[in-house]
Amino acid sequence: MILARAEQVSRRYGEVLALDRVDLTVRAGELVGLLGPNGAGKSTLLNLLVGLRRPTGGRVELLGGDPHDPASRRQLGVTPQETGLPGTLRVGEVVDFVSAHYPDPVPRGELLDRFGLTDQVRRQAGGLSGGQRRRLAVALAFVGRPRLVVLDEPTTGLDVEARHALWEAIREFHAGGGTVLLSSHYLEEVEALAQRVVVIGHGRVLADDSVAAVRGIVGVRRVSLVADDLPTLPGVVATERVDGRVHLLTTDADQLVRDLVTAGVAFRDLEVRPTSLEEAFLAITAGDRPAPTPA
Amino acid sequence: MPLALVHARYQLLEIIRIPVAVVGSAFFPAAAMLFFVVPFAGDDPTGATYATAAMVTFAVMSANIFQYGVGVAEDRDQPWNPYTRTLPAGPAPRLAGRVLAGLVLTYLSMVPVVVIAAVATAARVSAVQFLLGLVAVAVISVPFTLLGLAIGYSLPSKAAIVVAQVLFFPLAFGGGLLSAPDEAPGFIQAIAPYLPTRGAVELMWAAVTDWQPDVRTLVMLVVWVVALAAVAGWAYRRDEGRRFS
Repeated sequence: MILARAEQVSRRYGEVLALDRVDLTVRAGELVGLLGPNGAGKSTLLNLLVGLRRPTGGRVELLGGDPHDPASRRQLGVTPQETGLPGTLRVGEVVDFVSAHYPDPVPRGELLDRFGLTDQVRRQAGGLSGGQRRRLAVALAFVGRPRLVVLDEPTTGLDVEARHALWEAIREFHAGGGTVLLSSHYLEEVEALAQRVVVIGHGRVLADDSVAAVRGIVGVRRVSLVADDLPTLPGVVATERVDGRVHLLTTDADQLVRDLVTAGVAFRDLEVRPTSLEEAFLAITAGDRPAPTPA
Repeated sequence: MPLALVHARYQLLEIIRIPVAVVGSAFFPAAAMLFFVVPFAGDDPTGATYATAAMVTFAVMSANIFQYGVGVAEDRDQPWNPYTRTLPAGPAPRLAGRVLAGLVLTYLSMVPVVVIAAVATAARVSAVQFLLGLVAVAVISVPFTLLGLAIGYSLPSKAAIVVAQVLFFPLAFGGGLLSAPDEAPGFIQAIAPYLPTRGAVELMWAAVTDWQPDVRTLVMLVVWVVALAAVAGWAYRRDEGRRFS
């Protein structure tokens, strides 16, 4: 059973091609992480799937219908940006307002209890702490007993404790048979929650695989050193020379250093650093990334 | 409860939690009533009734221009608005709820004017005229609601506040709301029939007195409603196209 699908979907904003022929399928019971640096096209893809935007090309399908048709969204749960909660409404009122849109909503008390907001029911949303606001925003996605929940960066800006509490709520929903599609630019978050990871960069799907496989791709380290001449080394995914330093990107820095030593390379100023997600994506995709197609 | 009523209820809750917003649209007409009507026309039943009806029209106009013009423009800045579009309902209940809430606030904003008229002036209407007046308020809300929506959907909130303020005084003065029916200065008598405020106040006078409305102003009012509906519809679709297509 497919709950959400994008087929060869493109989206253009004026001159900018935000999504370029993207395919994505989310099946019932999956917990899929959408991983990519800021500006990669994650939010655009989610907006197309929940019906906020229309694709420029290709086709999107949500729960068997067009996401623009309100009926297709009856079993969908989405999280508002926490900054957008109506500040003067009380927590209970915000929940009641969203509940009114669904035939069989979760009772207010039960929902607030699940997200640790029971004591805040009479507080105005504008007076909540950042963590409480975020919990309320995420809770709203679960009000209508959805089959599919779409969470756009659900824990950005949260402290560790609040983040783990939210992860727990998401896992619980998934354990009960729910399907989750969440975006993040934290590898850690996707690792903690998802079974399947879809990596997006430059508006394209770069990888769609298990967490372990993607971790292998993006767990790249940068080994940089000064050396005149380097032999061909195994396990190097990219090499660049900047200002006299050689930067080697590798999935196994330990082995690379061993190989350098064994090969008797005369090097100095050795540095090993983790790469940012963005650097890793760029390194992995530099070879096969097509030139942006003009309009 | 139908979704439009749900939306209306929460919009009203949001507004009532900041009472200054309600006081704002009621203040100008009430102040004008106290400073211009009570001292000058307060003892004359006919003059006071005409002046009160004009102030009610003033209140309807300012309440609608501001709450739609500024309210819609501010809502468009809020991420909450796109979120509600992911709920299983189209944009219609939200718009219908907004118009219902707007009408409630319009009635609220004229309460001070009516109370002042009853207590401090000789203005008097029969029960039937009073009810006709209530209906007239809903009717004359239409052009100003459309004007407010046109402003709110076409401008960012900071510009919307300015445009609403710039428009509302000339419309009130130019339409002759601040003068008795036949005593407006010459240039106002010349331009008034072509402003929506004049047609609105003529309708209001016709509802609560035995005034015979000038047909020209009523035709112009219909023209205004059609034109403003076209502009508001255009602005709405343009905004939808920018943010949701």
